[in-house]
Amino acid sequence: MDAKYILQQALNALQLGSIYALIALGYTLVYGVLTMINFAHGDVFMVGAFLCFSAAVLLELPFVPALLFSMAGTALLGAAIERIAYKPLRRAPRVSAIITALGVGIFLESAMLALNPYPKSIPTLIDNVTWTFGGVTVSSLQLLIIALSLGLMLLLDFVVYRTKTGMAMRAISWDRALVPLMGVPVDRVVTLTFALGGALAGAAGTMYGLAYPVIDPYMGIMVGWKAFIAAVVGGIGNIRGAMIGAFILGGVEILVVAFLPSTYRDFVAFSLLLILLMFRPHGILGKTRAQKV
Amino acid sequence: MSPLLEACEVTHCFGGLCAVNRFSLRLEPGELVGLIGPNGAGKTTVFNLVTGVYRATRGSIRLNGTELVGRDPHRITALGIARTFQNIRLFKDLTVLDNVRIAHYAAMRYSPFEAVLRAGRYRAEERRVLQRSRELLAEFGLEACADEPAASLPYGQQRRLEIVRALATEPRLLLLDEPAAGMNPNEIGRLMDFIRQIRQSHALTILLIEHQMKLVMGLCERIQVLDFGATIAGGTPAEIQRHPKVLEAYLGVEEGA
Repeated sequence: MDAKYILQQALNALQLGSIYALIALGYTLVYGVLTMINFAHGDVFMVGAFLCFSAAVLLELPFVPALLFSMAGTALLGAAIERIAYKPLRRAPRVSAIITALGVGIFLESAMLALNPYPKSIPTLIDNVTWTFGGVTVSSLQLLIIALSLGLMLLLDFVVYRTKTGMAMRAISWDRALVPLMGVPVDRVVTLTFALGGALAGAAGTMYGLAYPVIDPYMGIMVGWKAFIAAVVGGIGNIRGAMIGAFILGGVEILVVAFLPSTYRDFVAFSLLLILLMFRPHGILGKTRAQKV
Repeated sequence: MSPLLEACEVTHCFGGLCAVNRFSLRLEPGELVGLIGPNGAGKTTVFNLVTGVYRATRGSIRLNGTELVGRDPHRITALGIARTFQNIRLFKDLTVLDNVRIAHYAAMRYSPFEAVLRAGRYRAEERRVLQRSRELLAEFGLEACADEPAASLPYGQQRRLEIVRALATEPRLLLLDEPAAGMNPNEIGRLMDFIRQIRQSHALTILLIEHQMKLVMGLCERIQVLDFGATIAGGTPAEIQRHPKVLEAYLGVEEGA
């Protein structure tokens, strides 16, 4: 065990954490505006990976257009899911929305299975150069994933804290009935939120597809659950919390694989969720919110 | 003169119970009118109907001739109606400044793309709204706590902030729902001055719900009395104080009267 090894693993953790973070942000954004868990979100990530595959193989697009194609597609998908499946249930009991979300997820998996029954592999879209610094290996793909994720997170932070739409999102999470009286078109802001979450999931799908060898219609399930854990660990509804939670989870998973049999990975990840929830039911940055009277 | 607000035979029923029954009201521009009545008379329901939170079962409500029934609340706000609440409703985890800024939403004209690219229009609009919000806070003595969360303000200032936030939507008609609730006589006196002041400085027409008779009688030019969802009387404060139906609704029927 030496410093090089630890640094190497930290880099791997950063890469995995980046992908979890992009997806976790989608869960947390939607929870923020609707106090609803969008369980179909992991499958939007899967669709993002397949959109990138189609862009690369069928349309023969290079990396940047393929990434934008995937993000635009999943943004539209996210918005469409909200309009078609969730909006009619806005006033229905919460359990109806959750069941619908699970249903939308299964629909997306089955639709993709029908279109694409076999696992696919996204061709190399960028030159993967590796450098070795004092025994630590860094690939250009790894750097790209980390930099792009951080860039998108900064952009999201800007949107949420520095624009009128972001301000409306934050206000909606406090008192949805009041916001229209400020002149805010709530429906439009909610749809935009889903589109934003979808675009981030599309970026995550693209990068996952580039970094890991195989994409398949069920890839969104486990990755989606992990990202959901990350969002809850960080404090669901809290943007910065989702990022912190994702990097913690990425770190824990890489550590487990480094020191324990790799089959322990998911067991440890889910145990982390359960233990954290026992001590901090609202997550790391989540606030206990006083019930409104 | 054409009325600013005209509600005509408005009825609103929850299931079988009609909270508001054939309610009519005419507000001339610049008027200050009180809406009073016992608890449960339907006063707040009237506010919810005017602002579009509820949709009237029957009847019409017009602002400067534009029909409001069936319109979304955010559009009605943009047409120039703002309100405050009986139990203060602020965005408590947002700062005082952001509470006022969000009320400028409809007045901020830039697209998400302009925002992401930080285009000139985004910067100019954000700067304009920030400045306007600070001016409003300064006008009402709240500038010192602009960056505090709204929840940290003392009660009286929270009431004031709620009114400032309503003014930020640039209303022509302001609906105040029990603005004096929880205030002592001194504070009520100051509130009356405050309402007179904003009415002048912001050229407002005001409709207010209040139980504090000192405020209603001292401030309003005209009063309309609701009971069981229907108007039972209307007139000047002096007329209302003598009106037999009002005394009956408030005090019950006197023995042997």
